[in-house]
Amino acid sequence: MHAAITRPLARGDRAQRRWFDGTSSDRALARLVKPSRTLRPVERVEIYNRMYWFRLLDSLAQDFPALRAHLGEQRFWDLAERYLAAHPSRSFTLRNLGRRLPRFLRAHPELVHPDGPAAVDLARFEWAQVVAFDGLERPPLEPTALAAADPATVRIGLQPYVTLLAVRHPVDDFVIRLKQEERLRSAASNATQETLEPQRNHEPLAPCPVLDLAVHRVANQLYYKRLAPEAALLLRRLRAGHSLADACSVAFRASRIDPELQSQLVRDWFSTWTRLGWLCAA
Amino acid sequence: MPANRHNGYTDYGIGLGLRVPHYRHILAERPTCAWFEIISENFMVDGGRPLEVLDAILEQYQVVQHGVSLYLGSADKIDRAHLRRLKTLVKRTKTPWLSDHLCWGSVDGTYTHDLLPMPYTREAAIRTAEKIRSVRDFLEVPICVENVSSYMEFHASEMTEWEFLTEVVERADCGILLDVNNIYVSSRNHGFDPRRYIDSIPHHRVGQMHIAGHTKFEKYIVDTHDHPVLDPVWELYTRATRLCGVTATLLEWDDKIPSFDEVHAEALKANRYIEAARAAQKDSN
Repeated sequence: MHAAITRPLARGDRAQRRWFDGTSSDRALARLVKPSRTLRPVERVEIYNRMYWFRLLDSLAQDFPALRAHLGEQRFWDLAERYLAAHPSRSFTLRNLGRRLPRFLRAHPELVHPDGPAAVDLARFEWAQVVAFDGLERPPLEPTALAAADPATVRIGLQPYVTLLAVRHPVDDFVIRLKQEERLRSAASNATQETLEPQRNHEPLAPCPVLDLAVHRVANQLYYKRLAPEAALLLRRLRAGHSLADACSVAFRASRIDPELQSQLVRDWFSTWTRLGWLCAA
Repeated sequence: MPANRHNGYTDYGIGLGLRVPHYRHILAERPTCAWFEIISENFMVDGGRPLEVLDAILEQYQVVQHGVSLYLGSADKIDRAHLRRLKTLVKRTKTPWLSDHLCWGSVDGTYTHDLLPMPYTREAAIRTAEKIRSVRDFLEVPICVENVSSYMEFHASEMTEWEFLTEVVERADCGILLDVNNIYVSSRNHGFDPRRYIDSIPHHRVGQMHIAGHTKFEKYIVDTHDHPVLDPVWELYTRATRLCGVTATLLEWDDKIPSFDEVHAEALKANRYIEAARAAQKDSN
């Protein structure tokens, strides 16, 4: 029964007419399910079959609105169906449904050709927002704790809800533009939000040099922040468990920033990061 | 009767489901509401906005947890990590009782996120009751199981749905969250008399009731929770209240959600039917 309910829908959002062994689904399901006065067994199971797909597809669309807008309606739904068929929910909560979507996109670029790299970047960016929304927060480090620490030995953690991304498309600008378009459409119409569906009427997401982003939250509101490459590298080294001195040294190894400015920059960055609450005990 | 061991001897009255579109209003205006039912899974997270909202609600209101993912009727073993997470939330909310559905929905760790009807067999009743006992012992809180709305029935069933519900709750020694809208929906889809269902269950085990709206399609009706409660459901609610006593009641409104005041006003209509039930009871005495 589970297989019948989770089976991909056929054309017209109908249950598949053929059972797994090639015989009639109607006949196969009639062995398990009673008919009602108005519905044949296959039609009764079809109600659940549709609900399953509509629920999961809607959930994925809610978590990846920018990807949906970028790909356009049909390509997004086709992708979502293929993804869910390959990765059905293994979690008690739909919150985790899209966790593997970035990896799936990397493994199947043909599904979103020629937009594969941009689609991967958008999916990573939107999944990072799910993490930032309700990810774990550890007690943030106090600035005084940092001041007293020995850089050669101290190890500093990064909040689990902060995701560091290196992307090759300006996904942050894209999402901001999308939200502005939606606000404009909302203001221009009395239609309720439910009727506003993303439309692919924007400029294509062109590649750019590597862009370092931190997706995070402040006072439980979502934000994304562009980072200098050196800052991103430093944070990555800290997250990987390296000492502060080691992280700083690696961060500036290939940097063109004037060495005399580097220590001031690091102080400024740490001041910002502690203010944002990003740092915690390793 | 309403305050019983299945609802932690509470007498909560008429409550509402806590839903995202109402957060801002509730947090800013602090409207009167006897209690809120939360969907446990929405708050089984590690941090962020959901827990911030929950803590603010808990400061002002009584909260009861209602779950959608225990799948008490699934053959899968109960996931201990899931229960630990749920227990953390139980400690946070201090819910006097906890409810989930008499259904299945997962197989070998793959979830449908639906509340699927079970074949009503003795074997399934025994297995489900054991699971309920195990969950209750772990969580250390009374459990009420909710009857689901359904759109299919199995040949394998050996008894009616109400006989199955009775068998499960008697074996588990647990409470019932009686969803009168679900009874109505299933009765129309399967062709049974909903009054017989309500008359037949062990009334002393009802710890909570649900009311909701549904949608009629050409060949079946669906439990959509996107309408006011319809008259036949209110009639069943009156009947259930007459038999079970005035019980903590919750209006479910999960789609096309109107303003908080509108939803609250719809829920408070239950008072009229409670009075009608009281009057009918007085007459029969």
